[in-house]
Amino acid sequence: MNAHYETAAIRPAVAVKKKARRYTQNGVALFFLAPWLIGLICLTLGPMIASLYFSFTDYSVLSAPNWVGLTNYKTMFTSDKLFLISLKVTFLYVLVSVPLKLIFALAVAVLLNKGMKGLGIYRTVYYIPSLLGGSVAIAMLWRKMFGGDGLLNQILHLVGINAPDWVANPKYALYSIVLLSVWQFGSSMIIFLAGLKQIPSEYYEASAVDGASRMRQFFSITIPMLSPVIFFNLVMQIITSFQSFTQAFVISNGTGGPVNSTLMYSLYLYKKGFAFFQMGYASAMAWVLVLLIALFTLLIFRSAKSWVHYEDGGK
Amino acid sequence: MEQTTEKMHIVKHVIVIAIAFVMLYPVLWMLGSSFKPANEIFSEIWIWPKQWVFDNYIQGWTGIQGNSFAHFLGNSLIVSVGAVVGNVLSCSMAAYAFARLNFRFKTIAFGLMLMTIMLPHHVTLIPQYIIFNKIGWINTFFPLIVPKWLGTDAFFIFLTVQFIRGLPRELDEAATIDGCGPIRIFWKIILPLALPALITTAIFTFLWTWDDFFSQLIYLSDPIKYTVPLGLRLFLDSSSQSDWGPMFAMSTLSLVPCFIVFILCQKYFVQGIATSGIKG
Repeated sequence: MNAHYETAAIRPAVAVKKKARRYTQNGVALFFLAPWLIGLICLTLGPMIASLYFSFTDYSVLSAPNWVGLTNYKTMFTSDKLFLISLKVTFLYVLVSVPLKLIFALAVAVLLNKGMKGLGIYRTVYYIPSLLGGSVAIAMLWRKMFGGDGLLNQILHLVGINAPDWVANPKYALYSIVLLSVWQFGSSMIIFLAGLKQIPSEYYEASAVDGASRMRQFFSITIPMLSPVIFFNLVMQIITSFQSFTQAFVISNGTGGPVNSTLMYSLYLYKKGFAFFQMGYASAMAWVLVLLIALFTLLIFRSAKSWVHYEDGGK
Repeated sequence: MEQTTEKMHIVKHVIVIAIAFVMLYPVLWMLGSSFKPANEIFSEIWIWPKQWVFDNYIQGWTGIQGNSFAHFLGNSLIVSVGAVVGNVLSCSMAAYAFARLNFRFKTIAFGLMLMTIMLPHHVTLIPQYIIFNKIGWINTFFPLIVPKWLGTDAFFIFLTVQFIRGLPRELDEAATIDGCGPIRIFWKIILPLALPALITTAIFTFLWTWDDFFSQLIYLSDPIKYTVPLGLRLFLDSSSQSDWGPMFAMSTLSLVPCFIVFILCQKYFVQGIATSGIKG
């Protein structure tokens, strides 16, 4: 699960071509690049081409792939109800968890930023869920916490509320996973904190002299100045959330249940590929996922012009 | 005036501490519950056990379905350490080439490298599985370790490239004049100076491998080869409440290595996240 990256500042690749300089270091470079190059060809580019090919076949590992054209893609969008459900579940998860997580991360970052004593300690403590949250241990704890006789219901019981078994209820099960994701707002918060530090304090001082309220300052200075960081966090979180797997797997014990309410895209892909051995279909699903993520990223990049503000005019 | 700001500060601290407490409560409750007798886990919502027992740890350690938890820990350690060494080595080598050497097709290669960072691993998953299956590596640790030795986590290459670019070139040039070749420059100058980037690579590789579930689930099927995440999952299959204690005990234990790494390398975490947007 390691697609969670990118940098806040992709500088244009150095690739400054000096015409005069000859490529005298080809041999040495090949030596240093050899492991990566072998990996790139054998484990990335080769498999990409292969999976694109498999996506047009009926393939079950046991027998050779059998060309079926666009059938897999057609099945997905016309007759595979579970696929459409998994799309719905994933969209719902992304659209609810990402904004909540970022709003929470930003709110806490702003709270911590204003000359708070003990910032280092608070930052550490808030980061702990992000540190541990990806593990099976925490996902299992979550399953138990939101179960019928779990911690949450025991607390609710104390105040006289008889609550349902959250993870066994198709209405709420997905939201327990959303909560688990929002809980891990720490790493986004650290990125926001780094961004907040970059905003010159003169802006706040000048606007205070002009009589701007705290609220006004937040929306007229903090948000616009922080918009590149918000943009970055948004893109990264969306890409990661689309691929979320472990939490849904553990909380539903591999089923995507109850009643497919936690059947995330990755989980369904896993089931298709490794439980039913429909490798061709799973490959097609993988490529649809790539297209979906690319589409979302493109939309956010498109929208960026209207709300992301760069100090240097976006150069 | 001063008094009100003072009050404001206190209020803020109270809010921040309260949020932190609520957030950490589940983890602390799990820690506490791992020392509670079975009946107390269900009846007691407070963290602190009324009665301390260590049975959960003993029972959990003897494992489940005949496999000791020590075994799972050992397997996870082998995989994680193998992945860390491989990643640090292959990524720093590639990064050095991109940051300092001139070669043909550098722009294209760099572009490909950036592209693979964003690529969801699902598109390579099935062919990779088929390759590893063909060469008989299913149910071994190789599919989990070997890709790291081949620099497939390109993000770390990028991170290290950015870091090496920040190092003064004069050092390389001086060494070249003194008769050092690129390999010695890499080994004697670049690697020691790029240590912060290497440590960031090492800790995040360790954490991600330690917590990785998807690939371990796919490639390991024999309980003898199970890693910690797979071993823990066995507890889920048994739904009897008496297993909660051992499950919490081993869950707690499985988080300890992450915690140790975090405490030891805190500075690198915050830097790594803040400067590169790495996901924790």
